[in-house]
Amino acid sequence: MSNVITDALCPFCGCMCDDITVVVENNKIIEAKHACKIGAAKIMGHHRIKAPMMRKDKNADFKEVSYDEAINEAARMLANSKRPLMYGWASVLCEVHKKGILLAEELGAIIDNTATVCHGPSTLAVHEKGLPTSTLGQIKNRADVVVFWGSNPVHAHPRHMGRYSVFAKGFFSEKGRRGRKIIVVDVRKTETAGMADEYIQVQQGSDYLVISALRAILAGQAAVVPDTVGGVPKEQLVKLVDTLKAARFGAIFFGMGLTQSMSRYKNIDNAISLTTELNSFGKHVIMPMRGHYNVTGFGQVCAWETGYATAVDFARGAPYYNPGETAANDVLTRKETDAAMIIAGDAGAHFPANSVRHLAKIPVVQIDPYWNPTTEVANVVIPVAICGVEVEGTAYRMDGVSLRYRKMIEPTHPTDLEILEKITKRVIEIRGE
Amino acid sequence: MELLIKNGAVFDPANGIAGDKTDISIKDGKIVDKVSSGAIVIDAGGRLVMPGGVDAHSHIAGAKVNVGRIMRPEDTRAGIKPRTKITRPYTGYTVPNVYAMGYRYAQMGYTTVFEAAQAIMKARHTHEELEEIPIIDKGALTLFGSNWPTMDYVREKNMDKLAAYVAWGLLASRGFGIKVVNPGGGEMWGFGKNVTGLDDVVPNFEVTPRDIIVSLMKVNEMLGLPHSVHLHCNNLGKPGNYKTTLASMELAKQVKPSKDRQVLHVTHVTFNCWGGTNWGDFESKADEIANYLNNSENVTTDMGQLIFGSATTMTADGPVQYANAKLLHAKWANGDVELEDASGVVPIFYVKQVSIHAIMWAMGLELALLTKDPYKVLLTTDHPNGGPFVNYPEVIALLMSNKKRQEEIKTLHEAVHKRTKIPGIERELGFNDIAIMTRAGSAKVLGLLDTKGHLGVGADADVSIYDIKPDQTDPSAEHAKIKSAFQSAAYTIKGGNVVVKDGQITATPMGRTFWVDASVPDEQKEIMMKDIRMKFKNYYSINLANYMVQDAYLTHPYVVRAGVIPVEVS
Amino acid sequence: MTLKVTLITGRTINQGATIENKTSSDYQEATAYCELNSKEAGSLGKPGSHVRVKTPHGDVVVKLKENNGNPDGIAFIPMGPWANAVVDPDTKGCGMPGFKGIPAEIEATGDRILLMKELIARYK
Repeated sequence: MSNVITDALCPFCGCMCDDITVVVENNKIIEAKHACKIGAAKIMGHHRIKAPMMRKDKNADFKEVSYDEAINEAARMLANSKRPLMYGWASVLCEVHKKGILLAEELGAIIDNTATVCHGPSTLAVHEKGLPTSTLGQIKNRADVVVFWGSNPVHAHPRHMGRYSVFAKGFFSEKGRRGRKIIVVDVRKTETAGMADEYIQVQQGSDYLVISALRAILAGQAAVVPDTVGGVPKEQLVKLVDTLKAARFGAIFFGMGLTQSMSRYKNIDNAISLTTELNSFGKHVIMPMRGHYNVTGFGQVCAWETGYATAVDFARGAPYYNPGETAANDVLTRKETDAAMIIAGDAGAHFPANSVRHLAKIPVVQIDPYWNPTTEVANVVIPVAICGVEVEGTAYRMDGVSLRYRKMIEPTHPTDLEILEKITKRVIEIRGE
Repeated sequence: MELLIKNGAVFDPANGIAGDKTDISIKDGKIVDKVSSGAIVIDAGGRLVMPGGVDAHSHIAGAKVNVGRIMRPEDTRAGIKPRTKITRPYTGYTVPNVYAMGYRYAQMGYTTVFEAAQAIMKARHTHEELEEIPIIDKGALTLFGSNWPTMDYVREKNMDKLAAYVAWGLLASRGFGIKVVNPGGGEMWGFGKNVTGLDDVVPNFEVTPRDIIVSLMKVNEMLGLPHSVHLHCNNLGKPGNYKTTLASMELAKQVKPSKDRQVLHVTHVTFNCWGGTNWGDFESKADEIANYLNNSENVTTDMGQLIFGSATTMTADGPVQYANAKLLHAKWANGDVELEDASGVVPIFYVKQVSIHAIMWAMGLELALLTKDPYKVLLTTDHPNGGPFVNYPEVIALLMSNKKRQEEIKTLHEAVHKRTKIPGIERELGFNDIAIMTRAGSAKVLGLLDTKGHLGVGADADVSIYDIKPDQTDPSAEHAKIKSAFQSAAYTIKGGNVVVKDGQITATPMGRTFWVDASVPDEQKEIMMKDIRMKFKNYYSINLANYMVQDAYLTHPYVVRAGVIPVEVS
Repeated sequence: MTLKVTLITGRTINQGATIENKTSSDYQEATAYCELNSKEAGSLGKPGSHVRVKTPHGDVVVKLKENNGNPDGIAFIPMGPWANAVVDPDTKGCGMPGFKGIPAEIEATGDRILLMKELIARYK
């Protein structure tokens, strides 16, 4: 039986393209039209973990077990932990986040999401400066100057430029690409830089300096700016300021080039200030290029439930938050964590070796559809249905617009939601015993 | 389940009860005539009994509230309470988490609260939060004042299409009514500009704020919506704006109400009754607004009372927030929504010795005390713009006690003497006035007086009991007692369930979400939808198929029906 | 010879397309490499040959690739377990490890590239 689903949402990156046409035959997706390479790979699927698995010794092979056994053992490990960490949450829906935060409360755990290795520093900058931003459609309809700073959409957000930022045509931007000036600031001349009208090459780790110089020039203090800043000739900086000042609607999109480099959140703090100051001349907005499709959603749910967007420590019964102290890599580096649940995020692949080394020493529960480096350090592995493909629900696009994912096919595994509910129930039972 | 509240000093203004010892019978979540002898009895012991509080304007859920939380961890750190067996953790003061939002309202005896602004495109987010606010009933007003379809239809003077768009927008957003914020200004803020008065023309759309307000009032009445147009006036936050406010109120005369209520609700007047021409000669013109209200019938307002201390300003008025951020050197969040509106969030700290703040403090009180009919001025703080809603008891005490006001005035910047009338106002409101401003009046303004804001048979069994005996209390002298009683209800009963006892949460049932399903003739809708489909094809960044808020986001809906009755063709 | 560089790590489209398939050779192909401009790569060996990337935090063997978008002194490894074998774990008081801007030394090696499983096994 063949079935065509239109207007489906792609569950890969923060663009959350909602124009995918999915062709399903016999509960198998055979085509994902309009999706980019990454999106199609995600929607079409890969080899899955078949059944729950457990092992005591992390060097031993896994043994397949029943879901009940795995859930029971996961609950036991977490309930017996003094300092549990619940990490991941990027590629699941908001409905799962809610259950996760409830379990974290129940356990007195630290709950942190993949923003911690992505745009966590952007949140810290928002604490300091706010965030002048807009929805992506506002940019599509109005922007005449677009800056990609330390972000590479050709690779990380392949349809961003077409749908929202570069080629997209809108009400005030009927010329699309021809009506826009595209500027790329990066350490490497990326493919995105290759498509730009202007490429500004900064020396690695110099973004803060370069932004500071731009702000000085904007403030009429060009005289204090040296001939080159962070490897960028002053003339190029002056020209960039002129371009930005002349913009009717400017948009800065920034990525890991700012959040992961030296100065971390201060880079973004500075970029937000620059954006704010540019609003004395024209309209300007700034937006983080969020990676996974629902990494934004975790921040939203966590904020409305706990007041904080991420890295929340429930050890005191009330939410406590202090990245640098309560973020996943902080507690792993300090070897504080004595059990971890890794769900919908792959700490094994995406944390520094030092953190993975600690995960390899403590009990780890993994909830994920796929075998990945986290599996290699796990004791209990619980495979689940794929949110956004086999499970419907809510996610937040990089600009904070929330959309509802459709179920494309019937799941072959239980959902994250069901697993978390069962673990929570069992944790309460164990703690009550 | 049956419940009988005996020996209460009941203030139920909608039913003409003012302090009488009246028994209240409750069955299956409703007020009934009488209950069986098996009913659980609550002996109010002569204490104050009122309908559950109704708040017609508060920012409790949605994108900008959450932006406030994310940008203000310093606020989240205030008011933290760990979880208990019954309650999830509380966090925050001006931007509480969803749980504290519901618990704190209930603890004050409030049972119904309306979120004052949601853009259609971000309504799903609003409902996600509303779904997690415990106990209280709620709803959200939907922004229509800068939406491209609104402006297109206003320009074309096509009220049928505009009505169809509003009806569809309410469905798309599961909204309760029409909110208009700085009409036209939201669109102009798209390029960093603003309108400066009712007659500025919005470029590309060729409409004026005046046209937008009048047209939306017309379709509001064409559709027979329960609530009226709810207006945040142009020029908010600018000295001299009271003239714009009065001129906007005057527009209400052009439209006849379809129901027994106003045709225009002008909100948070504290922010738009400003006299003077700059910050130097800034003064209160709340008296002028009150004077207008005393001589007109079609307009209601709410206070937007300022509370000293920390507040978080948040509004769809994008340009005013940019101006605030610049003025205050404060952090600034902006959140334009394509084709629809703008928004901004800026923290502020109101200081007693800052002249502007002292004058603003007086404005809300002047408005309430100089307007004769309490049905025309609702008690709000425009939470969290004037200050957090947990300060309503402070406002109640100020309204009921001139003594308290005079004590407060002594601590304020001297401008409060010269630039406001508050020092000379002796009026003290009574419990009945308070019951109107916080219950009957808000329910009437919202168009919900059938089931909310009163204790007559058929009303929702939302009741609050306060630990104060009206016949033995002098609110003027004992204002501290008044404040503390209203802070912490002896009982809050929501839908027949005791949810608060002695100020503590005892149960956390989920409340309902009110929204308005307004019908228009099918062909009228179909003609309008052609334009909408074109907007999605060309301009929106999402597809139409993914725009409407789905049923999944309203697990406890309460649908109010309205609409243009289609003419039967034989 | 040893090449001294500043290492950055980050996303690529092939890393993204294989991210849910990390046991595959496609994933290793997409992430276990180090890019340098052709001049600097040429000083170490031919494209496709193996190099050892060493930092104060660890070392890893990956495939050498050319990318002339890289200025002199900048090496790039796609994000993933190979890159993370050598990144800086210090979160600098804000939760974020040092995934970019790590001083590194690169030299040619005859050693093979560890499979994902083997790489993680080193941490047990």
